[in-house]
Amino acid sequence: MSRIAAKFDELKIQGRTALIPFITAGDPQPDATVDLMHGLVAAGADIIELGVPFSDPMADGPVIQRASERALAHGVSLHDVLDMVRKFRERDPHTGVVLMGYLNPVEVMGYEPFAAACAQAGVDGALLVDMPPEEADEWLKAARGHKVDTVFLLAPTSTADRIQAVAKAASGFVYYVSLKGVTGAKNLDVDEVAARLAAIRALTSLPIGVGFGISDAAAATRVSRIADAVIVGSALVRLIEQLASEGWNPSRLDATVYQLLRDMRSGMDFAGG
Amino acid sequence: MADDNSLTAGGYRTQPDARGHFGIFGGRFVAETLMEPLEELRLAYERYMKDPEFLAELDKDLAYYVGRPSPLYHAERLTAKWGGAQVFLKREDLNHTGAHKVNNTVGQALLAKRMGKTRVIAETGAGQHGVASATVAARLGMDCVVYMGSEDIKRQAPNVYRMRLLGAEVIGVESGSKTLKDALNEAMRDWVTNVDNTFYIIGTVAGPHPYPALVRDFQAVIGREAREQIQQHTGRLPDALVACVGGGSNAIGLFHPFLDDAGVAMYGVEAAGSGIETGQHAAPLTAGRPGVLHGNRTYLMEDPNGQIIETHSISAGLDYPGVGPEHAWLKDVGRVNYDAITDDEAMAAFHELCRVEGIIPALESSHALAYAAKLARTMRSDQSIIVNLSGRGDKDINTIATREGIRLI
Repeated sequence: MSRIAAKFDELKIQGRTALIPFITAGDPQPDATVDLMHGLVAAGADIIELGVPFSDPMADGPVIQRASERALAHGVSLHDVLDMVRKFRERDPHTGVVLMGYLNPVEVMGYEPFAAACAQAGVDGALLVDMPPEEADEWLKAARGHKVDTVFLLAPTSTADRIQAVAKAASGFVYYVSLKGVTGAKNLDVDEVAARLAAIRALTSLPIGVGFGISDAAAATRVSRIADAVIVGSALVRLIEQLASEGWNPSRLDATVYQLLRDMRSGMDFAGG
Repeated sequence: MADDNSLTAGGYRTQPDARGHFGIFGGRFVAETLMEPLEELRLAYERYMKDPEFLAELDKDLAYYVGRPSPLYHAERLTAKWGGAQVFLKREDLNHTGAHKVNNTVGQALLAKRMGKTRVIAETGAGQHGVASATVAARLGMDCVVYMGSEDIKRQAPNVYRMRLLGAEVIGVESGSKTLKDALNEAMRDWVTNVDNTFYIIGTVAGPHPYPALVRDFQAVIGREAREQIQQHTGRLPDALVACVGGGSNAIGLFHPFLDDAGVAMYGVEAAGSGIETGQHAAPLTAGRPGVLHGNRTYLMEDPNGQIIETHSISAGLDYPGVGPEHAWLKDVGRVNYDAITDDEAMAAFHELCRVEGIIPALESSHALAYAAKLARTMRSDQSIIVNLSGRGDKDINTIATREGIRLI
C-alpha cells in the first residue's frame, strides 16, 4: 500500500482529516526546502505537496507565481526537486510526498524517466495541473508501472461524467478545487463545497482533498468537517515570502509558518474532523 | 518527419480530431476548472458554424464593418524589382483596425453574444488583438478587459490609448517576463475566475481545443477570398503562398483553403530576431522543441529544464515562444515549409515596400515580404506568389524611428 493510501486509512480509523501543506521547492532558496518539509511534518502535516517551479503557472495566483519566480531565480529544476525529496527521505521514511506542477518540465524529462525517478527518490504521487485525464494515458501507464499515484483535480465546473472519468484515472486521492479561480483566491464558500463533495462522494470512494482559498485555522476547521484532507498553500507561501523579504532566517519559521499549520491542526482535531 | 500517408489520409484539411489533436499536437491541456467551459465553447462553435443565421450575420459584419473582401493587389513594381514570380499582396492591412486580427474578433464576439456572455477578455502583445477586441466589444456593448504585459504597455503606448478610447480596461501584467505569454497566463486566470459571464477571445490559433480550429475557421476567409481572386487575375492557382508566423493566425487563414492544392507551395516565416545562431529570436518551429504550454502541445522555445524562455523580435506580434499546433503538424508532415527572417532583413523589406509600392507594412508582414523577395527570384515570371500583408505599419513607426535614431515629435 502506498504511503498516501496508508495515511488516509490510518486517519479514517482515528476519525481525523489529513492536513496537506503546499510549498514551492526551492522557495525562497534551494537549501531551505528539506528543512521546511521536516518542520511542516513536525507541525502537523500528514502529507506534503511540493510545488515544482514553472515559468508559466497558469492556474496559480500571484503568491505562488512569485514563489515559482524566486525558485527559478536559483535555477531550480525538476531534477533538483527530486533530489530534495531524496534528501528528505533520509530522515523521514513515512510522510507522503506529492509533487505538484505543470506538464512541460515533465515532458522534457520524459514520462517514463520521471515516473522512475519519482519512485527512486521516494515521491508518492504527482499532480500535473494542466494534464487532464483525457491527455494522461501515456503518463498513467508509466506512473502505474512505478507505483506512483496520480492525483487529479475536480472543480465546481466538473460534470458527473467528468467526475467519473477523473475518479477512474486518479489514485491516492482527488483534489477538489474549492472555487472558480486561482490558488489563494478569496471567494471560498464552504456550504457550496459541502454540496459538491456530496455529489462527488456518490461517484467515487477515493479520499477527497479540498484546496484553493483556505487561508486560516477557521476555514481549515470548517473544511475538515466535510473533506478527507485540507490542502493549504498560498497562506503558508505568503508567510515564507514575508520572511524571505526580511532576510531569510529559518529560526523565525516556528512562530509564523509552523504556527499557522499547528493552529490549523489543532482546530481540525478539536473539531473532530 | 517525412510525409507519412497515415498522417494525411483524407487530405490536409481534416484536422483536428474530435479531441482537438493535430497529429501529436494541440489537445486540451488546462486545469480541470476550464475543461467543461471549453467543451461548452466547442459545442457552441460547432453549432453556430453550421447555423445559416449566424453565418449570415458574420458575413454581413465582415462586409460592412470590417470592409471585406480585402483586395488582392498585383504589386507590379515590386515584381519587376525582384525579377521573378508575379507578386500579389493580400491586403489585410486595409481591414478596419488595420490588420487581420479583426476577422477573428468579429467572429468570436458574435459567438460570445450567442452564448449569452456579457463580458469579454483578451490578451495582447503589440496591442493589435487588444484593439480588435476592444473594437468589437464596443460595438456589441460588452464589457472588455485586455491583459497586456507591462513591458509591452511601455513599448506600445498608442495602442493602449486606443483600447482605452474604445472603452476597454487595460490591465498591466507584472508577472514573469511581463510580455505576451504572461498576458495570456493572466487572461486564463481571469477566465477561470469569471467563467460564468465571460468569453475569452484568444487572438491566435493557439490555446486549448477548440481555439486553434475556431480561430483558423474565422481567419480562413483570407484564403477563401485569395483563392478566388488569384484565379480572376491569372486564371489559375498560385504557385506559392508566404505569410509570417507568430502564433500563426494570418498564415493559417491564408494557407488552409489551399492545403489540398498540391501545386501550391507554402512558406511560413518566423522571426529570427538577431539571428537564429544568437539564440535571440522567436522561431520555435525553426529552433524549438515540442512541449506543452497555454493549453496545447506544440513547438516551444524552452530551456533544457522545460522552462519557457524569453523571445526576441523587432516585431511585437511575432514575439511569442509558442506557435499554433496546426503549424507544428504541418511542419512535421512536410506540407508547409518554415523558415525565419532576421530583424535587419525585415527592416529592409519594410522600407522597400514603402518606397516601391507606397504601402507601409506592419513589421510582422515585413518578415513575409523579406522571405518572398528571396523566393520570387528563384521563380519564373509566369508563376505567382501571394504574400499575406497581414497588417499596416502605422503602429510600428515609433519602433522603426527609434531603431534608426530618429526622434518623433
